[in-house]
Amino acid sequence: MTRKRLRKLNWFYVPAVVLMLVFIAYPLFNAVYLSFFKWNGYSVSKEFIGFQNYISMFEDKVFRSSLRNTLIYGFICTFLQQIIGLAMAVFLNTKFKGRGIVRTVIYMPAMVSSLVMGYIMYFFFQTKGGVMNDILNAFAGTSVDWLGNGNIAIAVIVFINTWQFVGVSMVIYLAGIQGVSQSYIEAATVDGANAWQRFRFITLPLLQPALASSVIYNLIGGLKLYDVIIALTDGGPAKKTHSLATYIANRYFDAERAGFAAAIGVFSFVMIMVISMIVNAYFRKKEVDY
Amino acid sequence: MSKPKRHERGTDLYLEETERFKFRKKDWWKYLIGLALLFIYLYPFFIIINVSLKPFGDTTSRMKFPDPVYWDNFKSVIAAGDIFVGIRNSLIITVLVLILEIVVGCMAAYALARNQSKVNEVVRSLIMSVMMITPLTILVGVYSTMSKIHATSTYWGMVLLLSSFGLPMVIFLYTNFISSIPVALDEAAAIDGASNLQIFFKIILPQLKSVTVTVIILQGVGIWNEYTYSYYFLQKKEMQTITLVIKTFFSSVSNDYGSAAATAVIGMAPLIILYLFLQKYFIQGQVDSAIKS
Repeated sequence: MTRKRLRKLNWFYVPAVVLMLVFIAYPLFNAVYLSFFKWNGYSVSKEFIGFQNYISMFEDKVFRSSLRNTLIYGFICTFLQQIIGLAMAVFLNTKFKGRGIVRTVIYMPAMVSSLVMGYIMYFFFQTKGGVMNDILNAFAGTSVDWLGNGNIAIAVIVFINTWQFVGVSMVIYLAGIQGVSQSYIEAATVDGANAWQRFRFITLPLLQPALASSVIYNLIGGLKLYDVIIALTDGGPAKKTHSLATYIANRYFDAERAGFAAAIGVFSFVMIMVISMIVNAYFRKKEVDY
Repeated sequence: MSKPKRHERGTDLYLEETERFKFRKKDWWKYLIGLALLFIYLYPFFIIINVSLKPFGDTTSRMKFPDPVYWDNFKSVIAAGDIFVGIRNSLIITVLVLILEIVVGCMAAYALARNQSKVNEVVRSLIMSVMMITPLTILVGVYSTMSKIHATSTYWGMVLLLSSFGLPMVIFLYTNFISSIPVALDEAAAIDGASNLQIFFKIILPQLKSVTVTVIILQGVGIWNEYTYSYYFLQKKEMQTITLVIKTFFSSVSNDYGSAAATAVIGMAPLIILYLFLQKYFIQGQVDSAIKS
């Protein structure tokens, strides 16, 4: 195609770029700008305070615990999802009647809004009348205050998020396993490799791309965790289960500290960006090795 | 990153098995694990249906079947009608966002796939980096922008906002696909005197059916289930989406879990039924979008 034609073609991406400038880029700069002000979120006047929001952010105990929780939700969920997802994929790739139904059902929770899933799980983890405590009562005669204790509540949230989205990892790994050429496996079998060796030395290295995409998908999902927490604990008890995402919303609308919320937002934006870049670079380097 | 070759050995990712398996006795442990997994994944759905079929004052364990089955939660929820307003709003927003994303995203992808100049590469990587921006991190900026342009509690504001956040993924999927269509086709049409727009609509667009199905499913599920921004930008009751209606029931002070559960069941049903019938496409879409970067 001619140069002139190609240059004219660039008009085609203008609408997309304009949309993203107005609704993402401008708000992003606006958020950075507002993070330097003391502002309640609605009044006309705001006071420039420099880096004060960032300083008080690091002095804030709840911010530090939300940061820790965000990393827990991100990394522990991702870790569990890879282990369980891969195990499920390997299992559901073996031959038995009805494996298709099991695959279908495991992916199904990903169709449900995380918020609604949080409410469904509330029926399980409620202290009085929850399914978990009914079972515990019947067998052990005790009950656990699942959502009334910070650490247990965090574990419950990790469990729910892992449970709901492990199907996504499973599907990605299953596609990866089925993409491994049968001829490699057969050649190795002829050479006398057993099932574990075939998995460890042929399938697993060839699953590298699947691992990379699954990890990045789950990691971003965990680091931005919001809906489940809102449904289940709303950050409580005593603000112990907040993620950065829920804490931003909490500071902005409940505490009317918009500038402060903006500063946390900028911090978590940079954090998620840096973490995904490191993880991406790590997998890209690994890929060269094989 | 290379794509796993998923067509190599048939489509046995899905429910429609390409091979039929016979039950073998020595496989008993597989059936045991399989049943356990089915239980773990279906039980929560059983519980919410169970709760939705019990009256308000019922204090029996949630695990017990309702006796007798109590349909009034569904009746009263349907009679109140909020749920249909929610479904209507979710449908309107989902359809409009999808149309906008497909048209705008497709065109952008065409330009970026065909004209890979240095400037365009920069544009492309900037668009891709937006995928890492999560909604809450820039909430304060988005909120003040949306109020400035009077876009809160409007369909158009919500549609434009959600489309912008979905566009990077859409552009990514389309760019990959369009790159695989031979340029010779465009050039032949250009020699015949077709304009860029004509080439786009007559030559490129008709070939994008399969990737468009992926986009519709993937983005559709996300938009239908969207909560974060809907909660802040659709505050009028008549604008609420289905997720917000469900939330209203659960967070009301009366603790009427029966009605709340009934609402949730009705709200979840459309997507789950679609998934069960079209799961091949759902799973394909998931795999296509995940194998990114």
